[in-house]
Amino acid sequence: MAPLVEVQGLEKRFSVGGAWLRGRRRVIHAVDGVSFAIEPGEVLGLVGESGCGKTTTGRLILRLIEPSAGRIRFEGHDLMALSPPRLWATRQRMQIVFQDPFASLNPRMRVGSIIAEPLAIYERAGATERRRQVSELLDVVGLDPAFAERYPHELSGGQRQRIGIAAALALRPSLIVADEPVSALDVSVQAQVLNLLMDLRRRFGLTYLFISHDLHVVLHMSDRVAVMYLGEIVEIGPRDALYRAPRHPYTQVLLSAAPVADPKLRRERIVPKGEVASPLAVPSGCRFHPRCPLVFDRCRVERPLLRTVGGGHEAACHLNEAPALLTGA
Amino acid sequence: MALLSVEGLRTQFATGAGTVRAVDGVSFAIERGEVLGLVGESGCGKSVTSLSIMRLVPPPGQIVAGRIRLEGEDLLDKDAEAMRRVRGARIAMVFQEPMTSLNPVFTIGDQIAAAVLAHEGGRRRAAWDRAVEMLDQVQVPSPGERARDYPHQLSGGLRQRAMIALALAPGPQLLIADEPTTALDVTIQAQILDLLRRLQAERGMAARIFEEPLHPYTRGLLRCLPHPSRFGQPLSSIEGAPPDLRGADAGCPFAPRCPLAIESCRRHEPALAERRPGHFVACPVAVV
Repeated sequence: MAPLVEVQGLEKRFSVGGAWLRGRRRVIHAVDGVSFAIEPGEVLGLVGESGCGKTTTGRLILRLIEPSAGRIRFEGHDLMALSPPRLWATRQRMQIVFQDPFASLNPRMRVGSIIAEPLAIYERAGATERRRQVSELLDVVGLDPAFAERYPHELSGGQRQRIGIAAALALRPSLIVADEPVSALDVSVQAQVLNLLMDLRRRFGLTYLFISHDLHVVLHMSDRVAVMYLGEIVEIGPRDALYRAPRHPYTQVLLSAAPVADPKLRRERIVPKGEVASPLAVPSGCRFHPRCPLVFDRCRVERPLLRTVGGGHEAACHLNEAPALLTGA
Repeated sequence: MALLSVEGLRTQFATGAGTVRAVDGVSFAIERGEVLGLVGESGCGKSVTSLSIMRLVPPPGQIVAGRIRLEGEDLLDKDAEAMRRVRGARIAMVFQEPMTSLNPVFTIGDQIAAAVLAHEGGRRRAAWDRAVEMLDQVQVPSPGERARDYPHQLSGGLRQRAMIALALAPGPQLLIADEPTTALDVTIQAQILDLLRRLQAERGMAARIFEEPLHPYTRGLLRCLPHPSRFGQPLSSIEGAPPDLRGADAGCPFAPRCPLAIESCRRHEPALAERRPGHFVACPVAVV
């Protein structure tokens, strides 16, 4: 089967600075040559620290921001080549759920109108039919249909996120980009929203690009995981392979740094040196080399490319030429 | 004698919609060199507990009952001036967002030096040297140069290190860290947690970790988290929402959400009881 989403050599450059009469404009490579595919019905997780380009990648795929270079195919169409009306029509099939349900819902609109808005814009149904679909969507996300009459400020964080999900589902999309959908929620509510997303995926055969800074949440939700660092994917592979045998030192660092609330499950802690470099001053060679616990001379000059290290598992680290060094075996 | 002991602390906020009982009869003690972790969901009273210990509860909040003893002295008996001498010098606090607790118009070196001068006096030059030394202790690279930076010039991780240096400069006996790493990336979080653990280990005393949680709420919270043995399987969650803190319901506050609740849970609020050595649980039905 053809992939639902296929991204090749995706790039986004932002220029910053250049104050009035002085200063020099500089270029940030927020996303720098990212390629991946998502199969229909699959969940691809995208994980990385702030500023690694994961949110920008999610928005580029929907063309909510314009790529500087690269190709995006969705349901077989080249999104960059579609005419505006065709793009408009295609967008019904791709939706986004945002992190902050406090900021993404219009405070002046009732919940019912928020969920019905996409239906109205795409003229999918008349007013009566829209009301019926709103009730159905509220039920699907586990809320009482009476919520349609409420305003966002009357709802808890978890309820608001359910409204955001209901609005994203209204047009029956095939792809949902979930951008940090549970980061603003307490753990018990987080668990409920994650369960809902899993349930909806099964029920409607949805495909997710699931973006989060929380490695364990991403591992929990995803079939495959991509790890981003400074605008690049440094490792991508099936969830279990990536968890059990990570093949990039950054993934190893992330796994060891992310606390597991289980005293019986202690990984050896590898704490990386220093901080993420500024995307304005990207390190030479491997971008992770200034922080890497396993760095050697070649890393400072030669940029490692993603190479296959196992079934569907790729990593961008020179040490994979001698994997024993990487795993410490 | 415990370094800090809190007994029956009650802190309430009188609002137009009723009295919010943010902290409602909390007791615990912290020994010298010990780390006590305080965990719970938003609105459970963690921050109000810390602010109560510092006596910095913002109005209309008020401590209405309880004792807060630091080395035996009751902090609630102290006048404003005496309390000012406790804050910073004996109990220091690190907050979630260092940008809001650092002064944006002074360099971090000046701010740490000012804290040293205020609590210990001495010469300005010596206080500055002490500030640089503190930044070095919290592993800020090139501490001499960074001391001359303003908070906005530092990254989030460095700012949190500067905040810890500022808190530790007067040599407090107790450090309250209120969500010190929540705003940081996971690798920086690991660095800050390592730093805090190292600073504490230098005074030495192992943290006690419960291998097995006993209260149904603690167990529920842990089961909400993704776990490597259950990736992809439905997560347990705690049904319902935390109670309205304005309510005056009798009984265990967790009873309405508790899968194990029995009739008496709704009538009598259970007291903390030592169910295993050093392990206190406020639940009569907890499986031990």
